[in-house]
Amino acid sequence: MTTSSVAQDTSQIYQIYIKAEPEAIWEALTDPEWTNRYGYTGFAHYDLRPGGKYQVVANEEFKAAADAAGFPCPDVVVDGEVIEADPPKRLVTTWRMLMDPTCVSEGFTVVTHEIEPLGNGACKLTLTHKLDSTHATISQLVSGRMDAEGNGGGGGHAWVLSDLKSLLETGAGLAG
Amino acid sequence: MSEPFNPLTCNYLVTYNDEVSDDGQVFKALADPTRRFLLDLLFEREGRTLTELETEVDMTRIGVMKHLRILESAGLVVTERSGRTKLHYLNPVPIRLVHDRWIDKYTEHHVSALVDLKNRLEKSS
Repeated sequence: MTTSSVAQDTSQIYQIYIKAEPEAIWEALTDPEWTNRYGYTGFAHYDLRPGGKYQVVANEEFKAAADAAGFPCPDVVVDGEVIEADPPKRLVTTWRMLMDPTCVSEGFTVVTHEIEPLGNGACKLTLTHKLDSTHATISQLVSGRMDAEGNGGGGGHAWVLSDLKSLLETGAGLAG
Repeated sequence: MSEPFNPLTCNYLVTYNDEVSDDGQVFKALADPTRRFLLDLLFEREGRTLTELETEVDMTRIGVMKHLRILESAGLVVTERSGRTKLHYLNPVPIRLVHDRWIDKYTEHHVSALVDLKNRLEKSS
């Protein structure tokens, strides 16, 4: 399996255990009212069938905060297409970040969410972000490294999942 | 949906089974310099095989495997099969959880408040 491109695989994997039923986690990932309550917020709209549209619409607070930080924010901050939707187990979509021209130029990447019930009311949630060396800026952003180096961008997937866990287990996100 | 927070244990994680990592396992895994070095190697570049990791550490293959198992059971390393090889990835989520639970709560707000103050003072002078 060789391709003509020499891009090196730089995929990232994030795993978290959440004390919640698979259906609750699925809902928190795919329902816009839920997605607006944790992580970067914003209303995620999925047309849950192969080829269906996926987009995240920024909320007003987020847009105002981005504006105040001198970062004009489009209405749709992330877009993509559903590749596979098998509720409440597996969701695969393409993913493109639209807030920054460099990220836009790096194009679509692939994000997979997998929910595995552990049989004790808890689940293992695994997020795999398929990336390669052509996605340098996106990689920095979603790993939270950009933020850690003082350049903003938030805590990336680890932060989003940590916040999702807090919200599902305690009813409140990290921000309270 | 999720069960209410249990005030008797003050820690809903203790009700998880052994498969689920907790803070204790994370701290224990991070307490060893070789394991921290292995995490640093994966931070630089993920998706490495055991053989690749082994060449960077002055230790037997069995020793490296033992450390990787501890990191895996603490949830800090996740593996994925790619054909006949097993690739190792850094999973930063448990560190994030420790950060949110133990560090953010006690320090970050004070530190950021001081940084803000310093910035304001420097600007006004």
